[in-house]
Amino acid sequence: MTLSAKRSLTAYLFLALPLVFFLCVRLGPMLYMFAMSFTDWGLLRKTVKFIGFDNYHAIFKDPVFLQALGNTFRYAVFGAPLVILLSLAIALLLDSIPRGKGFFRLIYVLPYITPVVAVSWVWRWMYQQPPLGVINGILGWLGLPAGEFLNSPTQALPSILAVNVWVEMGYCTTIFLAGLQTIPKEISEAAKIDGASDRQVLRRITLPLLMPITFFLMVMEGIQFLRIFTQVYNMSMQAMGGPLNSTKSAALYIYQKAFTNFEMARAASASVVLFVIIMAVTILQIRFFDKRVNY
Amino acid sequence: MKHKNKGKMIVRALPAYIILALLSVIMLFPFVWMISSSLKDVTQIYQLKLFPERPTLENYRYILFSTSTKFPQWFLNSLIVAVCTTASVLFFDSLVGYTLAKFRFPGKKIIFLLIISTLMIPTEMLVIPWYAMIRALKWVNTYWAIMFPGMISAFGVFLMRQFMSTIPDDLIDAARVDGLGELRIFITVVLPLVAPALATLAIFNFIGNWNAFLWPLIAASKPKMFTLPVGLANFSGEAGSDWHYIMTGAAVAMAPLILVFLVFQKQIVKGIAMTGLKG
Repeated sequence: MTLSAKRSLTAYLFLALPLVFFLCVRLGPMLYMFAMSFTDWGLLRKTVKFIGFDNYHAIFKDPVFLQALGNTFRYAVFGAPLVILLSLAIALLLDSIPRGKGFFRLIYVLPYITPVVAVSWVWRWMYQQPPLGVINGILGWLGLPAGEFLNSPTQALPSILAVNVWVEMGYCTTIFLAGLQTIPKEISEAAKIDGASDRQVLRRITLPLLMPITFFLMVMEGIQFLRIFTQVYNMSMQAMGGPLNSTKSAALYIYQKAFTNFEMARAASASVVLFVIIMAVTILQIRFFDKRVNY
Repeated sequence: MKHKNKGKMIVRALPAYIILALLSVIMLFPFVWMISSSLKDVTQIYQLKLFPERPTLENYRYILFSTSTKFPQWFLNSLIVAVCTTASVLFFDSLVGYTLAKFRFPGKKIIFLLIISTLMIPTEMLVIPWYAMIRALKWVNTYWAIMFPGMISAFGVFLMRQFMSTIPDDLIDAARVDGLGELRIFITVVLPLVAPALATLAIFNFIGNWNAFLWPLIAASKPKMFTLPVGLANFSGEAGSDWHYIMTGAAVAMAPLILVFLVFQKQIVKGIAMTGLKG
């Protein structure tokens, strides 16, 4: 055996187990899911029959699924840009201060690394009605009317969204700040010597240079919000995505279809829909930003 | 001159400091309120006071030592799951990263793309087939069922491959000339060189697995097998209006992470800047 053949053999040996893993635990199950979404699959069923697009017809006729899809879009469309705008502003502020960047950043990152379940319950406690909830306590103290928050079909979704913004902000701020620190100070200083104002430097130099990072974060956060599950599960009554399904996300719908109703095939088709949406949004964002990013 | 400049800069940045400090209050308040609530007994829990009049550790005694909760068991489960998956990820991800970075063999590119493409598959899509799998194989309510999807991470492979490619080939060839076996070279020569990257990967993986919710929720149905987040969700759902216990449980679930965070803050911030930790 030649030396290079021996090396190749070693490589295959090292990769064998991990490859089996990726095929059996990632790609295989995904293909299985696609296939099962076209059948009448159920956990207790012995035989499985091909039924074409029936599951897809059924879920798209289900008003709860349509509402869950609408909610999922709302989480993503309002949540992702909000996180990014806030984080960008914070990162710019952090970048402008001469001392204490690390200290503040540490505080902002804290919500991001703590368990979402624990954080969700803390917020649920704070959102309680008067006289229990501390947020309503503060509102009352300021002379403002009490909010219903998680109890109201119109306020519940923004309330959950706000918590996720609070969680994700540390992540985006850290990445923006890292990006800002790679921009050479000479560029903005030279522009200032040439008479550019702070605003012009921001608009003409800093923001365009941050475009690639902004794009990356838009994709990441868009996906994050489209997949929202744990917050909704823990912050709605009985983990139902209420009140009146007003907070139910697509991921929670899939979970309930599969593990409460045991309608596996329906859940499979719903998860294919979610997968396609995530893919489509990702590709759309890549296309949209490709045109606008100037390196 | 430079010193004077810095003082002037701090004064000019005063408005920024004020905004950042106010923001810090918003970011930290939920944690403060959680701890404050956990120190109140049932008679004080509904008073909106930041500092309890008669702070008590009774809630912690109840959560950690009473026989009516399983928090110590859940804590142990989370620890077992997080430690085992992290050890496995460290070994396999660095092995695969090393192979993809330093070996030449047919099919290398395809294998790399295949692994990376799995990053695009959301967990929500996989949990149902995984569940069918653990039922068919009779793994339900075992540690293995909770752990197996996290034994290797595609993201970690990507990260380790980047780091491995910075190792000089000469070093590996020299070890080969010395007659070391390939696995020996990997463990004794290569791994020590990427120790900082391994540390980052370990911390992130530990945090990710400690916080994981969706799959552990599905994989374990017996309370004895719950991980801490699943246990906490279950406990809180049943605790009704016992908010002093719920907040104490939340504090207990967060404590190890805050500890890890304070000890490894530098690596964590660096790691986030490189990547992001939630899969």
